[in-house]
Amino acid sequence: MFDFIGKKRYFFSLSTLIIVCGIVFAIVQGVPWGIDFTGGTIMTVGFDQTVEKDAVENILAEIGHPEAQIQGAETDENPNAFIIRSKELGRAEEEALDEALKEIGMTGDLEFDSVSDPIAKEKARGAAIAVVVATIGILLYISWAFRKLPKPFRYGTCAVIALAHDVLIALAVFSILGNALDLEINLMFITGLLTVIGYSVNDTIVVFDRIRENLGKAGRQGFETVVNNSLIETLSRSLNTSLTTLLVLVAVYLFVGEAIESFMLVLIVGVISGTYSSIFIASQALVVWETGSVRRFFKRTA
Amino acid sequence: MRTRDKVLLLLIVILMALALMTLFWSSFGESIEREELKLGLDLEGGAHLVYEADFSELPEDTEPDDAMSGVMAVIEKRINAYGVSEPVIQKIGDDRLLIQIPGIDDLEEAKSRIGETALIKFREFVPIEPDSSGTPVQSIAPGTLTEIIASGTPVEPVATGTPVEPSVSGTPAQSSGSGSPSYFALRPDEEGKPVLTEVPKAEAEYKAIPAMGTIDGKKIELTSQYFSGKVEVRMPQSSNQPEIFFKWNDIGSDLFYEITSRLAAKPEDSVERRLGIFVGDAYESSPHVNGPIRDDGVITGMTLDECRHLTSFLNAGRITVPLHTLEQHSVDPTLGENFVDWSVQAGVIGLLLVILFLILYYRMPGLIASIALLIYVALVLSVYQIWPITLTLAGIAGFILSIGMAVDANVLIFERMKEELRSGRTLRAAIELGFNRAWSAIRDGNVSTLITCFILGFMGHKLGAPSVEGFAWTLGIGVLISLFSAVVVTKTFLRALSYTGVVNQRALYISAMKEKMLSGEGR
Repeated sequence: MFDFIGKKRYFFSLSTLIIVCGIVFAIVQGVPWGIDFTGGTIMTVGFDQTVEKDAVENILAEIGHPEAQIQGAETDENPNAFIIRSKELGRAEEEALDEALKEIGMTGDLEFDSVSDPIAKEKARGAAIAVVVATIGILLYISWAFRKLPKPFRYGTCAVIALAHDVLIALAVFSILGNALDLEINLMFITGLLTVIGYSVNDTIVVFDRIRENLGKAGRQGFETVVNNSLIETLSRSLNTSLTTLLVLVAVYLFVGEAIESFMLVLIVGVISGTYSSIFIASQALVVWETGSVRRFFKRTA
Repeated sequence: MRTRDKVLLLLIVILMALALMTLFWSSFGESIEREELKLGLDLEGGAHLVYEADFSELPEDTEPDDAMSGVMAVIEKRINAYGVSEPVIQKIGDDRLLIQIPGIDDLEEAKSRIGETALIKFREFVPIEPDSSGTPVQSIAPGTLTEIIASGTPVEPVATGTPVEPSVSGTPAQSSGSGSPSYFALRPDEEGKPVLTEVPKAEAEYKAIPAMGTIDGKKIELTSQYFSGKVEVRMPQSSNQPEIFFKWNDIGSDLFYEITSRLAAKPEDSVERRLGIFVGDAYESSPHVNGPIRDDGVITGMTLDECRHLTSFLNAGRITVPLHTLEQHSVDPTLGENFVDWSVQAGVIGLLLVILFLILYYRMPGLIASIALLIYVALVLSVYQIWPITLTLAGIAGFILSIGMAVDANVLIFERMKEELRSGRTLRAAIELGFNRAWSAIRDGNVSTLITCFILGFMGHKLGAPSVEGFAWTLGIGVLISLFSAVVVTKTFLRALSYTGVVNQRALYISAMKEKMLSGEGR
């Protein structure tokens, strides 16, 4: 019989490794925040002739935006295209930029997306509040649902640990792949993240529900054994459900990927991570807490 | 079969029939006021704009809330005037405005349509080919008209006012008026009554030109900026008919007096005697002018709702509420066209894969769950029809995701059933126990998903992100209906089948190989 509990350190280590990689990438490359949260302007400009990136950079510096980031965006239709990200442009700056870019051969009018700083701050705050409120709501609900067991709050907390794990993994994966796949952490990412939270908790609850049931008829079995048995009993359900959900998600990702790539990717990463955390993290955390080995655990890993 | 199961089975069949009727039978759809599925901006393409309203120049007699609804009414009018379908104009918080205009991906164009300030303009109608005899080209039966009449304040006779030159009355100076001229003709409305309607130039019978007057020798156009104080809806006890009361400032009084005197000289009930009210360049209304009016007057002959509607325009034009752009996005429409097709393909493929998996892995129950899943899809789609949600990219993804999640409840139940069968219970007992034991996990899991749906919906609404809101709705509806389909539909089908001997082979429920390993005595 597979020992899910005994090998817990390996499981914890794997997650930690991914998260640490994410942090390293975030420091080196920066977190790929979208303009939803940073505020600013993003525009795509095309030229009818070859234009050096430096020329575009100089123009932006001239109108007072040396912070602008310019990125090549060649397509088959237009090999001379750039994506410009900058802080929010004022009306006059807009016009000056439009004029200056036209002088070096910009095709069409300047078209840009912009989010002003206060709105971006509000969105970032709103998203953070949404994640926190969802977490608290889930913590309270699970603590309530398991109220008949001793220390129901622990079940809620461990479910929250599992979902925090999923949030961190999703952020880490986005930081790692951000540059390569041109991903963005925007409001849709947060939407995906909240969905993943709901999904991951669903998975965790199924395992906890089995623990709840098995504890009732446990007899002389120790807590660790009960938890391990519960994990084994729910394993095929956990994997099957993830598999069906992933089937659908991958189908959507392959067919409509481009349009909502970030959103679908966070869902896929989240479902995998959510399944992982419900099998390898949540219950193990429960055992570590229950058997009072928290301090010992940290000593050993340190 | 027990009565309860029969009743449930019947209910499911009826529900299914209703769902299919809603989806495919159009005349039934109309009778339940089915609305067209609205596509979100991300599917249709268009402009997404967030404005902040600046109330600093607001006069003291106006509440910011009223000012905001006026601004919104004006913007809606302007956007609709361009024939754009269903723009979203939504207030966020106290002073924010979210505007989504489908079909326009040129942001500058969109912004110019929304305009910076709202000015209400007044215009006169001039026949394109004036009848030499001076009789009206066409007249409208009295009683069908809205009318502008003086409000109590005695009106001086025309002669004592500033004399109006007859030559001026026909052709007020057009050059200095603002806005492009628009063209009108009388067209029958739904009830066959002739109504003044905006038409292309070629079909025009009348041309609308700015209503102007002369102040200190200068031609000035009458606009809403000359109102003095608030325009109000009143309900005088004498008539018990709602009316709109307005009052002009000094310049407005002079202008209005000159214009109404000129119009009052026109034949009774003629189109030429009407004063056109325009929101920017968009035609709104044209009350008949009862007589020369100077300082204040009322507009009568409208329902209370119509009064309120027109009043919100008149007031909006009276105040200046500068709008500052906070956010702008243009969404590529070509993305949307393909997306709908792609989503349908993705949905169908996803559904088929799930069904294949269910049947291969769970056999008979898998088949039943697949049928339940199809019923689930039909129910969800018909709910979308009855309860008009805006379908967005994320919303479709939410729906497709909910298919995957709908299976979860079934998987939970079947895993439990298998366990019970292996521990030697009869099929019927296994069905009951499987459902009962799985229920607590299903309930807790779905409640936590609903909690996040609720928070998502709230966040989406607060932050002005309709796509997030749409996602929350579709997922929430999906979760609720999946509970029903798994717990009621699948269970009833399984129970119904357990009473018919044909499908009672255990091999249909658990695989024969595993069966050998078990010492179960079966049924």
